[in-house]
Amino acid sequence: MNMRAVLPPSAMSFSAGRVAAMVKRYLYLLRSSWPRIFDLIYWPLVQMLTWGFLQTYLARASNAGALSGRLGLAAGTLIGAMLLWDILFRGQLGFSVSFLEEMWSRNTANLLMSPLRPAELVMALMTMSLVRLAIGFVPVTLLAILFFGFNLWGLGVALGFFFVNLILTSWSIGLLCSGLVLRYGLAAESLVWTFMFLMQPLACVFYPLSVLPWPLQIVSQLLPPTYVFEGLRALLIRHELRLDLMGEAFVLNIVFFAAAFCGFLLLLRSARRAGTLLQTGE
Amino acid sequence: MDVAAPQNQPGTTPAIELAHLRKVFGGGVVAVDDLSFAVARGSVTGLLGGNGAGKTTTIGMIMGLILPTSGSVRVLGVNMQADRYRVLDKMNFESPYVDMPHRLTVRQNLTVFAELYAVANVEERIARLAQDLAFEDLLDRPAGQLSAGQKTRVALAKALLNEPAVLLLDEPTASLDPDTADWVRTHLENYRRGREATILLASHNMNEVERLCDRVIMLKEGKIVGDDSPAGLIERFGRKNLEEVFLDLARGRRKPADAPSHDAPSH
Repeated sequence: MNMRAVLPPSAMSFSAGRVAAMVKRYLYLLRSSWPRIFDLIYWPLVQMLTWGFLQTYLARASNAGALSGRLGLAAGTLIGAMLLWDILFRGQLGFSVSFLEEMWSRNTANLLMSPLRPAELVMALMTMSLVRLAIGFVPVTLLAILFFGFNLWGLGVALGFFFVNLILTSWSIGLLCSGLVLRYGLAAESLVWTFMFLMQPLACVFYPLSVLPWPLQIVSQLLPPTYVFEGLRALLIRHELRLDLMGEAFVLNIVFFAAAFCGFLLLLRSARRAGTLLQTGE
Repeated sequence: MDVAAPQNQPGTTPAIELAHLRKVFGGGVVAVDDLSFAVARGSVTGLLGGNGAGKTTTIGMIMGLILPTSGSVRVLGVNMQADRYRVLDKMNFESPYVDMPHRLTVRQNLTVFAELYAVANVEERIARLAQDLAFEDLLDRPAGQLSAGQKTRVALAKALLNEPAVLLLDEPTASLDPDTADWVRTHLENYRRGREATILLASHNMNEVERLCDRVIMLKEGKIVGDDSPAGLIERFGRKNLEEVFLDLARGRRKPADAPSHDAPSH
């Protein structure tokens, strides 16, 4: 595949004004619909409460001697793992759902024949991923302090490393899902809601890597979030900041993101070849 | 026709140039078959044909939204397959098959598109278009609450936001009452004259085509089966109006007196 054909030189120019216009479009939409805003907070809150109460129960069992010391320590990471998982999942949804809004409103052709470059659309979707995540995530982390005494912000600089790596993975998955929806229409929409759950058992969100059978451990080590969740357990259980794990995750993320962006461009080209951009239904 | 058909000046590239354009979709469906024509700058050309004749696919390829199987499309001299971003800010289109976000107001929608096209004085431009196309009272209404006719007017405003040199219109007066449709046609005529813009429109409204177009290209099964001025086609087919010519071509009823044999529809 000739990348020049996929991404000609004129497509490489970048306008912050066009990115801002797209962000404005998505903010108009959010502002106009309280159910959309409510949805951003509702599920993270439900998840936090469920895992928070489970952690409370396990902590009491551990104090009563019903759990071994190691299991008791691991149980103490559940709510933190859930909150970080939510960065990954909600970050991807924030990206992909903004893209789906274009498909739902049959606006894709208007955008793709405007001067908006693919990289600018992707930048706008990444920005909206952060905005939507902030709306849901910040209040829920504050409620976690209030309800369960778990202060995610207390992780300090480590939270920054975790966040950067998780959000990069979420954008890669979001890009891939959006490309598939662009190519195959709304029939592929369910991927947006379910794709990330394929990663959940493999990324060792709630348990250490060593729990997996060795063939799955190999797969797991190819996924950047695995290093983040291992890093979280190292921090909460052994009070170690594993910069080596964060570095490995970051390198993998760069590879993932570059591959996902190329995949998005190839799927866009494939959609142009199949003529599906003017038929954005199922 | 009150405006003489502009001709390509020596040394001036056509606004739109198709060369041996062919599009075969999956399953071997030939939508466009060896289509070649050039559209002069400043002209209005009608693309006519029955359902499935290849009009939308042709317009999709001119916009760069559909990649041809073979052949080439040039707009204002730029190869659309290779480098369409060089010219997209000088083009725009309107189609009833493409919508705008329903929850955004008309003003919000137009503002976003104006900023995508880097339009100067956005508010002023939107106010002017709203006045010209008579939808000032709709500016703060959500796009999803508009009637079909109102949507068409707003979509036309979106297509004119960047004052495009090349305007592609797919049934620009669909769903409009006769009075509003007539008014939109007058606006398009004035726009073409004022901006010396090139307009390519697909339409099933023969009166519209006769009134607006300098030239008509008739398609059937992805091929050109007629290419002349509206008056020229009527004369060649010995008919009273373009609708009768359209029916002749669509149903393969008769050949034009002077058409080459390969242009004529088969019986």
